[in-house]
Amino acid sequence: MLEQIEGSQAVAKAVTLCRPEVIAAYPISPQTHIVESLSDRVRTGELAGCEYMMVESEFGAMSACIGASAAGARTYTATSSQGLLFMAEALFNASGLGLPIVMTVANRAIGAPINIWNDHSDSMAMRDSGWIQLFAESNQEAVDLHIQAYRLAEALSVPVMVCMDGFVLTHAFERVDLPEQAQVDAFLPGFVPQQALDPDDPVTIGAMVGPEAFAEVKYLMHAKQMSALDEIPVIARDFAETFGRDSGGLVRPYRTDDAETIVVSLGSVLGTIEDVVDKMRDEGRTVGVLGIGCFRPWPLDEVRAALAGARRVVVVEKAFAVGAGGIVGQNVRDALRGLPVEVYDVVAGLGGRPITRASLRQVFDQVLAGEVDPRRMHFLDLDVDLVQRELERSRRGGRPGPHAENMLRDIGTVASGAYE
Amino acid sequence: MFSVRIHGRGGQGAVTAAEMLSVAAFDEGRHAQAFPTFGSERTGAPVVSFCRIDDRPIRLREPITQPDALIVQDPTLLHQVNLFAGLRPDGYLLVNTSRTLDELGLAELVSRLTPSHAVAVPATELAREHLGRPLPNAALLGGFAALTGQVSLESVADAIRARFAGAVGEGNVRAAEAAYAHVHEVRRTVDA
Repeated sequence: MLEQIEGSQAVAKAVTLCRPEVIAAYPISPQTHIVESLSDRVRTGELAGCEYMMVESEFGAMSACIGASAAGARTYTATSSQGLLFMAEALFNASGLGLPIVMTVANRAIGAPINIWNDHSDSMAMRDSGWIQLFAESNQEAVDLHIQAYRLAEALSVPVMVCMDGFVLTHAFERVDLPEQAQVDAFLPGFVPQQALDPDDPVTIGAMVGPEAFAEVKYLMHAKQMSALDEIPVIARDFAETFGRDSGGLVRPYRTDDAETIVVSLGSVLGTIEDVVDKMRDEGRTVGVLGIGCFRPWPLDEVRAALAGARRVVVVEKAFAVGAGGIVGQNVRDALRGLPVEVYDVVAGLGGRPITRASLRQVFDQVLAGEVDPRRMHFLDLDVDLVQRELERSRRGGRPGPHAENMLRDIGTVASGAYE
Repeated sequence: MFSVRIHGRGGQGAVTAAEMLSVAAFDEGRHAQAFPTFGSERTGAPVVSFCRIDDRPIRLREPITQPDALIVQDPTLLHQVNLFAGLRPDGYLLVNTSRTLDELGLAELVSRLTPSHAVAVPATELAREHLGRPLPNAALLGGFAALTGQVSLESVADAIRARFAGAVGEGNVRAAEAAYAHVHEVRRTVDA
């Protein structure tokens, strides 16, 4: 049914339709509306047969999810930012144990400096935690990915993270087609755990493994996650057949045929990029877009095939590896190894800075004009003067003090996040 | 695409107004996207929200810098925030005030807009009268419907009722109807 609905409410509804049996969560902005809504749905009985656990922390939330999932319950949680980092140790346990937990990450920056706004630093920090990572472009896709995530998680017995841009999607009201319960039930069968703690049939889960077999257990973990590259397209096809719309999948090419320049990105900024690319196409520029729907496992062959015909690839991403460069950019370079394609890293939208058509257009034009150095990371809309003034202050000797506070004072900000 | 920017203060319902406007447009079969500026919400602090309305799906996610319409929920923001940045010459301006736009010192700005496109409406007073509380957001949506014709008064009323049950919803609907009539009358006078 079509509804004009807030992203968080739509996701809460989608999770409800998946009939989780245990939800353990701790509130953190911008994820809070999701778990608040779910706790209401459990309380009112709309989500029947589910235990909602209000735990003391994110570490507790993931630990409770591990226990519940190991006991054979379909399990859900959601978090953001520092909350995801607080879960870090438990995340690796969930994946190492092969527990099919589904988690929403409402993407948000990581401090310090403290910042509650959107970027992808949180999910990217956990990219090697062994969780599958799917990225939603819209609230419709966020809804659809949660339903697909349970199918995927339970088919492979691996945990899945559905990443959606905090605030930009979670707090946006837009049109969403919410599936019927019968459709979801037909698409998502009941959970049959591949391992379960059962007092009547006792087993151990989580044994210590020494050098004699640790590599082999890890190898299997890798092989299983790589098999998601085969499973995800199948699930997306099934989903399209059941629900009548395309959602999910590994990568999504947009106007890439004959494109000399292809912009690679992920998440909600893809729509804005597509608008820019349409405009450039109207002006005769052969530009296209490749949306990454699945970042972990990394769909290397699909990315290589989609980009092989291009001369230039511009990767626009909302996170970066300090001291190294673009994260998605590095993965794209890996996929293009040996091909004569130049890859440009553009870091954008950090800490909630809006990514505008004007700024994207400017950097794409600069790339096309050969004005951007592909060996250096490019920060979109960087206030170079502000950085230089702070460096100048630091050079004056004495005790320069903290950068963040100095720079806020410099630009005269009294209330962070106020309009313009 | 029709873009609306709403300026208010925390507690006046700027975010709820954008959401209800998007629901009204959706009810008419159109695509709409409402979103707030995000921050640490505080009662009384300047708040901005946005709504886009279109006949096709909306992919764009940037904030609205060149609005087709501007709704100002609180005229005390005039001296605090750059409210009118990017307002198009053919754009619409709706200000919640019981004074005139001239009295607010906006004569120069108004002279640059189409005469019937800039209107003052005493939304807080209308809300006090019909709702019993000084919350101007629903009334302003009624005024917006009369000013721009982007949504009908009926859709606005439905969106208000969907958000607020019972007497609160009905009071807000009456305030919206009164604001609609007020703006309609002002525009008729200007056009005549």
